Amino acid sequence: MHGDMAMLLLADSRLPAGGHAHSGGAEEAVRVGAITGPEDLARFLRGRLATAGVVTAALAAAACEVGSNPQPGRWQRLDAEADARISSPAQREASRTQGRLLVRTTRRIWPSESLETLAQAVPDGAHHPVALGAAAAAAGCEPRQAALAAAYTSVTAPATAAVRLLGLDPVLVHRLLADLAPALNDAAHEACVIQADDWSDLPAHAAPALDLLAEQHLRTEVRLFVS
Amino acid sequence: METLRSDPPLTLRQTGPGVVHLVSTAAGPLGGDHLDLTIDVAPLTSLSVFSVASTLALPGRSLLTVTARVGSGASLHYSPEPIVLADGCDLRVQVRLELAPDASVFWREELVFGRHGEPSGRCHTRLDATVGGVPLLRQELVIGDPATHDSPAVFGTAHCAGSTLLTGDLPRERHLADGCAVLPLAGPGTLVSALAPDTVELRRRLEWGERLADKTLP
Repeated sequence: MHGDMAMLLLADSRLPAGGHAHSGGAEEAVRVGAITGPEDLARFLRGRLATAGVVTAALAAAACEVGSNPQPGRWQRLDAEADARISSPAQREASRTQGRLLVRTTRRIWPSESLETLAQAVPDGAHHPVALGAAAAAAGCEPRQAALAAAYTSVTAPATAAVRLLGLDPVLVHRLLADLAPALNDAAHEACVIQADDWSDLPAHAAPALDLLAEQHLRTEVRLFVS
Repeated sequence: METLRSDPPLTLRQTGPGVVHLVSTAAGPLGGDHLDLTIDVAPLTSLSVFSVASTLALPGRSLLTVTARVGSGASLHYSPEPIVLADGCDLRVQVRLELAPDASVFWREELVFGRHGEPSGRCHTRLDATVGGVPLLRQELVIGDPATHDSPAVFGTAHCAGSTLLTGDLPRERHLADGCAVLPLAGPGTLVSALAPDTVELRRRLEWGERLADKTLP
């Protein structure tokens, strides 16, 4: 039962791990005019969930499973699978920055072998979903709960960013998030069909527009969000 | 060239030393077709694969699998003409590239979301590239799914998407232009990724990125 509570803490934007500094491409999409209002935002979120969201959910579920039997080699192999699924260097850097901060924070909240071995195995900062799964394991979550938290944060960060950047009605934007509940559940469900220790077949959905937005964002001088 | 074997609707023709063209000798792929292409490039040899025309994916469920193994010191250039996803098609493409650590590869894929004036058919592609058994790039694209197709996060307003994977001795530099990015991967390779309103522009963008990713290209 305490896995439920831990999942809520991990998914909460108030977790002091720097998640609020990332917009998941929404800031650049707003800047270039690809998101101008709630309809664009709804399509953006649905596309992000079906690509980056599904992939991070699957990696987080796999990491949660590794966390129950953590070994340095397993962490490094899973982190390499994450690397192969993120072709944009800007997104890899953002993912590792968030992963590093998350490990630093959650090590103090849930001291555990899972997070200690991950920090040692990937000293430059594990990818965010790997860190999230490791923290979920440390906190007593099941892989499905880790996947839900990962899929959830993949859409809540850009949704909140869009509210701030475009001055959208926050209630309306929360309605968009509520509409994503079935897709979010499906993503978490799909994420848990894992072959133990063979992660080559995990989802690898790419989003070419997100890659372009992430690279462009780094070249934009005035930014509110890191990514 | 050691072995060259094919059956319609896909025929292989040797058109030069180390050069093969894919020739469509029937309409397709269409519903029920399962096309399978296996390429083995022996160590220290080189092979180029082109096609004489674009491939039109026709209505119904079809499957295209491509497996390429590229040995030590070998090079493979693969750049067939685009696959056009006709309305009603349901095409699955699975590509597996198994590369030796010092293999050099140029692998281009272009997809067109429907013929002129028609909505796109459905397509699900997956590319898995490994170098010495270590994953370099795993990438799936889903085209024509009404829930996500017009998402500003996925394809935006583009009508074509393409990418070129390059490996070998390459500069690790990022470049960006309208609708095209040159993305050094975490492993030993670079992905050129482009979105465009039409096939001419898609090719122009990819070629721009390819020349920056590999400065030895003409």
